[in-house]
Amino acid sequence: MSALPLVALVGNPNAGKSALFNALTGARQKLGNYPGVTVERKAGRLALSDGRPVELVDLPGTYSLDPGSPDEQVTRDVVMGKQAGEKRPDALVIVVDAANLDNHLRFALELLALGLPTIVALNMVDLATRDGLELDAAVLARELGVPVISTVAVRKRGLDHLRQELEGLLNGAPRAYPTGAAQDFDAVRKEAGRIARATIVRETPSRRLTAAVDRVALHPVFGLILLLGLLFVMFQAVYAWSEAPIAMIEGFAEAIANAVRTALPDGIFRSFLVDGIINGVGSVVVFLPQILILFFFILMLEATGYMVRAAFLMDGLMAKVGLSGRAFIPLLSSFACAIPGIMATRTIADPRDRLTTILIAPLMTCSARLPVYAVIIGAFIPARDVLPGVGLQGFVLFCLYLAGIVGAMLVAMLLRMTVTKGASGGFLMEMPKYQWPRPQDILLGLWQRAVIFLKRAGTIIFTSTVILWLLLSFPRVPDGDPTSQVDHSIAGRIASGLNVVLEPIGFNRDISLALIPAMAAREVAVSALATVYSIDAGDDEALLERSLGDRLKDQWPLPTALAFLAWFIFAPQCISTIAVTRRETNGWKWPLFMVGYLFALAYVAAGITYWTATALGLG
Amino acid sequence: MRLTDLPLRQPAYVDLIDWSVLTPSEGQRLREFGLCEGASVEALHHGGIFGKGPIACKIGRMTVAMRRNHAAAVTVRTGPEQEA
Repeated sequence: MSALPLVALVGNPNAGKSALFNALTGARQKLGNYPGVTVERKAGRLALSDGRPVELVDLPGTYSLDPGSPDEQVTRDVVMGKQAGEKRPDALVIVVDAANLDNHLRFALELLALGLPTIVALNMVDLATRDGLELDAAVLARELGVPVISTVAVRKRGLDHLRQELEGLLNGAPRAYPTGAAQDFDAVRKEAGRIARATIVRETPSRRLTAAVDRVALHPVFGLILLLGLLFVMFQAVYAWSEAPIAMIEGFAEAIANAVRTALPDGIFRSFLVDGIINGVGSVVVFLPQILILFFFILMLEATGYMVRAAFLMDGLMAKVGLSGRAFIPLLSSFACAIPGIMATRTIADPRDRLTTILIAPLMTCSARLPVYAVIIGAFIPARDVLPGVGLQGFVLFCLYLAGIVGAMLVAMLLRMTVTKGASGGFLMEMPKYQWPRPQDILLGLWQRAVIFLKRAGTIIFTSTVILWLLLSFPRVPDGDPTSQVDHSIAGRIASGLNVVLEPIGFNRDISLALIPAMAAREVAVSALATVYSIDAGDDEALLERSLGDRLKDQWPLPTALAFLAWFIFAPQCISTIAVTRRETNGWKWPLFMVGYLFALAYVAAGITYWTATALGLG
Repeated sequence: MRLTDLPLRQPAYVDLIDWSVLTPSEGQRLREFGLCEGASVEALHHGGIFGKGPIACKIGRMTVAMRRNHAAAVTVRTGPEQEA
């Protein structure tokens, strides 16, 4: 741990804490985990005006020091100096929403009673003004006995002032801060109300933007149409917006492969570079644009405040399958990746609700499955419009996502009737005001996701691709032997064994081969297929020129391709998902249960698809 | 009248809360949202196509979503303000 002074940002959820954190630290952030718990630790460097660096940590938002979830527990433990791996902060910056003073001041008073050097950031004053509130920060400072600074994090207003005050706080002589004896909840609430009334100079009723938007967004009919429309646009965009950047990445990978082919003599090392690394890793990196588009939508939905509205609209439906509307947020995040999704279930208070949500989270189509879908759809589904502006490929993709959702709902219902039987928990959520997010915040989020994805491509995907290449390349076929290299290799022999089980559902040897390394990360299925076909092609220039999609189209009958898609709707986990489930459920029982039921569903779904398609004569 | 019966967008005040209907953690969260006797409330939206979804309401300055069984624990009255 660094010896820099530690400053903690703390406050209610929706106080604009993260925007303030981003504005203060810029892109110099470090994401990590608190030891022993799966709560994300967000820290960054902040330079004071004298150039001295300070470590700023963004604590999870909470409503009080009486924790209701593991995230909130971390906040309490850090400010009390009880969190392992974190020293007690040298100073606090309490972030309060200027438009929600009564409520946020109650928590602020609770924090002030800790007696730490403190500054209060009166945040989002612009939105308060928009709502017709006029506040006097000087009155608030006098009442609280600590510096109060008006800030608008998204417009970087008040940040220099905040830095100056922080400098004074950290450099200044120690002074006594108002410490209060533990007071009872109602007394603190009344005191907060009194201070809020004293701070509010004027209050003029004004047109509230949020109320106006909510009349449509939360309308039982129009709201639902809007939500479905947004999700549909999201999935269409994943295809429509990604074409150009994908072509660029493909061109780039092809150019490198060609350069290596001309520069190096034919041989095992060249095969390793071209077939193993460039084709394998390249075939996954190509999906970066689509993954970023998906994350763009999810980050926007969260940052604007719409995500909670979606949860509100979905609660009725979720209640029918025994879940809370709150589960909608982790489940929607699982479309990006099940790991943050499963971690986000920590906000669900009821343990049975939470377990059910964890168990069905992998059924939400994560972005790692997108490369698999994209390759198969690209190869087998014709690129034509079913309706003007609605492409068949995007429509099929939408249906695959929908199948995952319907599957998840059915599984949830079954689980609530059996293993997670019991009364359903409630649905209590604050609905934040709508806000237009700062483009930099969204870009920062996308940047962090891109780094994570490319790191995965560079590590897990790289390693499994290399191992697969080794297993596929040895032992070498003796000269003159008519068997193919893949059939002769160790991997080919393992796959032939596995194929006995998978053949009835229409899977060929290549699929069996691809499914094993896909346990490391689902998108490896694509790089594995690319490696298999690359090695199979040998020196055949004509074959090497063809894309993976074209080659799949030549070699797989349509029912096999459809069965492969159906398998991936339920695709038994990647290892990281199993690991995070074990950590979040404290044992092996539930992750094993999850893997078991997913394998069974994947097998049955792929089988039914294959048999039906064959019976319909699609092969 | 119960909060579930309160007409939309009609300002009212909390008269009584039956805390026994709520689990301790639910009660605590609602208190943190500012729910207490005397707080101002306004029902804003009823969720769900069939009208059985949650209720979005304003408690003080905060907008909060809760299910009907919780909202039914809150008795409200319309009329002049009373000091909390």
